Order: sequence, then structure tokens, then C-alpha cells
Amino acid sequence: MADITASEIPAGGLVTSDGRPLKTALADAQARAKRRAFLLVAPLLVFVVVTFIVPIGQMMHQSIYNDGFSANMPRITAWFAENPIGTEPDETAFEALALDVRDSAAAKTIGVVGTRVNYEMSGTRSLFTSTGRKAKDFSEPYHEALRAADAKWDNPELWATMRQVSRAYSPNFFLAALDLTRDTQGNIVRVPEERQVYVNLFIKTFGLGLLITFTCFLLGFPIAHLLAILPLRWSNLLMILVLLPFWTSLLVRTTSWMVLLQQQGVLNSLLVWSGIIGDDGRIQMIYNQTGTIIAMTHILLPFMILPLYSVMRPIPPSYVRAARSLGATSWTAFRRVYLPQTLPGIGAGSLLVFILAVGYYITPALVGGASGQLISNLIAFHMQDSLNWSLAAALAALLLAAVLVLYWLYDRLVGIDNLKLG
Amino acid sequence: MSVSHNDAYVAFEHVQKSYDGVSLVVKDLNLNIGKGEFLTMLGPSGSGKTTCLMMLAGFETATNGEIKLDGRPINQVPPHKRGIGMVFQNYALFPHMTVGENLSFPLEVRGMGKSEREAKVKRALDMVQMYDFINRRPAQLSGGQQQRIALARALVFDPSLVLMDEPLGALDKQLREHMQFEIKHLHESLGITVVYVTHDQGEALTMSDRIAVFNDGRIQQLAPPADLYERPDNSFVAGFIGENNKLPGIIEELSGDKALVRLATGEVIDATAVNVTQKGQKTLVSIRPERVEFKPEMMPEGAHMIGADVLEVIYMGDILRAVLRVAGSDDFVMKMRNTQGQTRLTPGQKIRVGWHPQDARALEPM
Repeated sequence: MADITASEIPAGGLVTSDGRPLKTALADAQARAKRRAFLLVAPLLVFVVVTFIVPIGQMMHQSIYNDGFSANMPRITAWFAENPIGTEPDETAFEALALDVRDSAAAKTIGVVGTRVNYEMSGTRSLFTSTGRKAKDFSEPYHEALRAADAKWDNPELWATMRQVSRAYSPNFFLAALDLTRDTQGNIVRVPEERQVYVNLFIKTFGLGLLITFTCFLLGFPIAHLLAILPLRWSNLLMILVLLPFWTSLLVRTTSWMVLLQQQGVLNSLLVWSGIIGDDGRIQMIYNQTGTIIAMTHILLPFMILPLYSVMRPIPPSYVRAARSLGATSWTAFRRVYLPQTLPGIGAGSLLVFILAVGYYITPALVGGASGQLISNLIAFHMQDSLNWSLAAALAALLLAAVLVLYWLYDRLVGIDNLKLG
Repeated sequence: MSVSHNDAYVAFEHVQKSYDGVSLVVKDLNLNIGKGEFLTMLGPSGSGKTTCLMMLAGFETATNGEIKLDGRPINQVPPHKRGIGMVFQNYALFPHMTVGENLSFPLEVRGMGKSEREAKVKRALDMVQMYDFINRRPAQLSGGQQQRIALARALVFDPSLVLMDEPLGALDKQLREHMQFEIKHLHESLGITVVYVTHDQGEALTMSDRIAVFNDGRIQQLAPPADLYERPDNSFVAGFIGENNKLPGIIEELSGDKALVRLATGEVIDATAVNVTQKGQKTLVSIRPERVEFKPEMMPEGAHMIGADVLEVIYMGDILRAVLRVAGSDDFVMKMRNTQGQTRLTPGQKIRVGWHPQDARALEPM
């Protein structure tokens, strides 16, 4: 045997028999295999970059960048840049504003400008569009002309808002997503109570996510255990039942919950028929928070069961038997011996269910009613209805950040290598 | 060592076990185990030996009959109240606990104080020379080391009865033999009662005070190792324990336990009658390969010898193994010690073989 001890290695490192350094020779010998391996994964890499990394990057960018004002109002943007915050708008400022409004109206972009300002200060979009219609007749002095068009142009709050939106890059959407805003001095303050929406919704989303994760765990643990201990013939059948929801459309499943749970639905009718509740006491189980919880628990249950099952299956029954023979009651044996061994599955299942739950959209939209809406429904609202994409992006970015923080916490507490997904 | 019914520490009384309600896995088991005894349940897989052990441990319930521990019926006692130590086939060390935590688990569930626990854990680990490994996890230990820890864990709470379910099955040969002595030594020094399940006859012969040979849900023979090996009661035991030559024939003469057996080819041999009762009965004569002689001077006066053809001689180091054709069968084996002056046989040679009548046992064929 050719044992090479450390003392035999020459000072310059080992060389091959024809004198090349061993490291270079090894790299050369493996280069082909490495290239082939890279080419094999390259399509997936490209796919992930194009469809995942780039859109997410774009979304993050959108959440801090909006040039709706600055791109169309160059003169007043320049004036804001030259004059520090708190400067009273003078005739130069009004001239810049009036000319910008005129040009923007001519280019038919005044609506975009108005919308951008409107995000920060409601009721201002019509100010811009109506002033834009009169702008081609503006002449000096512009302050007078603007005041004649609309007295609101003298409002200092409007000027403070315009100063903020004149910067294309701003954290304002994140502030808005956290129910914060800036006062006329530029200080960050909370928005009035009746307009505080997002923080509460975030809290509710995470609370419901936790609750759904917990109910999934409570329901899934015994089923996973049963799957793991049944003979293969029966456990396969049960597994099909567990996976069945995966094979039916999400819409079909959600719709069947509507049929079951609505006030004139199957469950309520059964309760009335059996005399448990009166006909006038039908329970509202859907189109509210309860509906969201029930339907989402059902939909996410397999994501809890599968990791649990994959962890439980290889645990031999002799562990619990050993614990019992050592004097532990069945409860102690479960708590001290069985449960700790299923922790990787519990962690994986909970993380999976929670992350899916906080981002769920369709089910709350269909069965959530008013009280069962989650943050993703509001993101969709800003994407599709209010068209405030930057705010939608900021909300989504916050959701993403929260999930990443959770993931990091999990790694710190449990260890990501303790995660077993299947 | 025979144990009377009265001083039985563990007693199986007419125990039957069925899993499906159609067939019996254990058929009418009666077995008394004395205090301090090392009893091995030996048998092929599916013979019911592990089921018996599991019933004793409390993981299976007897379908019928009674199991008594120290005179007390334990059929209704749950496993954790039986106070029986158990070593499992795959060790069953808790993977999420260190060696020390594994050992203190049975003491914790008994509500023992910390200092007392630590003392007992240390004593048990010292007993198997594993104290240095107290902070390791089971996965960081070799098979033999895990085995020792499993042993220490089964002993740490001072049970007077320890069950072992093929505990050495996963170890290699050398380690297995070493552990056999270690377990035997522990048994002797602690004075505990051990019920040991294995399908390895060598292990059973080495370690046991008595061996219960299981087959088909019944105890075929219950005897000390030497009796079992040298005086098997039936052809199953004869075939299962050690290597055996089997010659079929018919009882020619029978007086007391002395029998003359006429083989299929017409030759007559001497044998000891075990469970044959009348002349003309079919029989299977079983002879150990190491008890076959081919030198006439080694034979007693008047013993019959029969002709044999040497087919093959295999050199095995400590012994020479000759395959012979005897009475028409091609697989008759003779073992010779590889001593300095040993006669070397060659294939094709014609010899005569014989044996002491007490080494040939005429059994009822299965």
C-alpha cells in the first residue's frame, strides 16, 4: 500500500509523474465533468432567474421607485432639489409648476402625475387634471394663474407632498404599508386611526396563519401516525385519501366548502334537522374568518401530513417499547421519546403550512367574506383595482421579509438541516 | 439444572397466542424459569420465540393461559409496571438523547433524585467500560459500543429479570463472541435472571444454562446445552442444533434403549433408541460428524462398521472434513481433527466407518 505521510509531501505540493502540480491536474481532469454538470442545470438556472429572481427584483425595485411625478414634472422637481425643505414656494416655483402642468397636460401624462400625488394625499388627482385642462392659457404671474385655477395650489400640505413625490426613490410606499406617513415638516407619523389598515391586517394574517398551522398540526399528527404504523396495504389507501385533495381543483374544493358550510347548506340543515339548533339559529360558518380557517386548514393539511409521515415512517416501534420497558407510561414514552423524534417533521410541516397560509389568496377571496380577508387579498386589490403597484410591491416585500425572518429564526432555533420535507 | 414448579421465577402456564384468530403462533407453552437462570429461546424465525418474549415483556397479550412473574400473574400488568429490563435487536437507543440521558431515562421516570441518578448511571457505564462515552450520541458510537450502552440501560434500574431479543444479531462474528462472554459474565456477577432469544445455536450453546428449542409454536426440547447437543429428543432438534448425518432405516431389533437399525442398502448399524417404540418402525438415525470413526481400533468391541467411499476432503484448518457416500447417500460428513499423525484420506478411497452406539440416536422421522 502506498501510504503517503505528511513528511513525504514536497514543499511545493504534490506533482504528477510528468511534473504537473497535482491540483492543476485534478482541476483539468474534472473540468469536463463540471462543465457537463453545469450545462445540465443551466436551463433550470435560466428559468429560475428569468421567472423568479428578476420579477422579485423588479417588485422590490417597484416598492421604492415611482417616477410618475419626477419624469413628467422636470422643472418643479429641479426646484425642489435646489431649495431645502421648508422654503416657501416663490414665483419661480409656481412658474416651474405651471409650465410642468401645461407640458404634462399636452403630453396627456397629467393623470399619472395626479395619481402619484393622490397616493400620498387623497383628493388631489382631480386638482391636477382640472388644472391641466386650463393650463394652456396660463400666463405670468403664474402664482395668480394657478390660484385662479384652484385655490388648493396654495395649500402647504400639497407642496410638502409634491416635494416628497418629486423624488423617484422614496421609502414612502413602505411607510404607507406600515400605516405611517409624513407630516408637512417631513417627519414620520402614524396615519389617523380610521385609515390604519395594513399593520392590523398583517397581524391578523400572521395570527390566522398560526391558527391554521396549529389546527393542521392537531389534525395531521394522528393521521400521519396512523399512516406510519398501518400495514402498507392500508396505509397506501389512506395516503390516497390524504392526497385526493391535491388531485382536485382548488376551486372545486373551495366551492364544496361553500355548499357544506353556508347558512342554507348541508351542515346547517343537518344541525337544524337533528334539533341541535333552531331554524332561526343557523350558524354563519362561511364568508367570514371561520370559513377562511376551515377551508384553508383543509387545503393545507396534506402539507403538514406528508413531512410528518416521512419522519414517522422510519421510527421503529422498538423506541417506544424500549421506553415502556424502562418504566415510562405511554404518555411519557410519547412525550419524551416519540415526539422529539418527529420534531424535524413538525418543523418542516409547520413552516410549510404557515408560509403558504400567510400568502394565500384564492380561498380567503372566495370564502373569507369581509372579515376573512388576508394581506394577499389587499395586495391583489392594489394590483388590480387601485393600480397602486408600488404599494402592492411594498406590502409584498414586507410579507417576503417577514417570511425570511421566520425562516432565519427557524434556522437559529431548530436548524435548517433538521428540516425534513419528504 | 432443573427447576421445580414452586421456585419458578417466571412461569408460562398453558400460554397460547394467536394474531388472527385462525392459527396459533404459540401453542400451549409451559415453561418455568428459575431465579438467576440464563434461559435461551432458540428457534428458526416464525417459531414463536420472539412472541413469547414480547408476551413476557408485556407488548403482546396472551390469547389464553397465564404468565407469572415471581408467583404473581402479570397478564394485566402494563409493560412499564413489570420492572423488566429489555435489550432490543436494534438496540433502540434514543437517538435524540446522549448516552448519559439514555441511561438516566429509566431512573427519571421512577422519580429518582439527581445525585442518585448520576451515581447509578456511572456504575452501569463502568460495568460495560463505557463511562468515557457518557456525552456522546448513539449515532456517534460503533455497533458494539451501542450494544454495551443498550445493555447498561437495561440494567441501570436494577431489574431482576432481563430480556434480550437477539441482541448480538447486528454485530460481526468476532465482536459477537466477545460480547457473548461479556453478557455471560454480567449475568454471573449480577445474579440476574436472563431470558435470551436467538436463532444462533452457537450463541445459545455458549451462554445458556438451559435452552428451549422452539419450532412451530412449541418447545421441542428444554435442556442444558450439552444434553441438547448430544442427546436431542427428536429429529428437529437433532437437525437444528449443529451438523448431523441422517441415515433412514427400519428398526431391526429393540432391547431397552439399544437398537439395531437396518439401512436401506441392507447394512445393520448400532443406535440408541430415543423415541422409537417397536420393531419394524421407520427411523432416522442421527450421528454427529465429529463422532464418526474410521479407525477400527477406536471402536468398542462388537460394534458394527459399514463401508464408505470418500468423495471429497476439505481442509478447514483446525479440522478436516470428509464427505462420504454411506448407505447410498452422498452427503455423509465426517470430521477429523487436524493432528500431527492424522491419516490423510484421498477422494476415491474406500474405508469403513462406525461409531459408539450412544452417539447414534434412532429418532422418529418428522
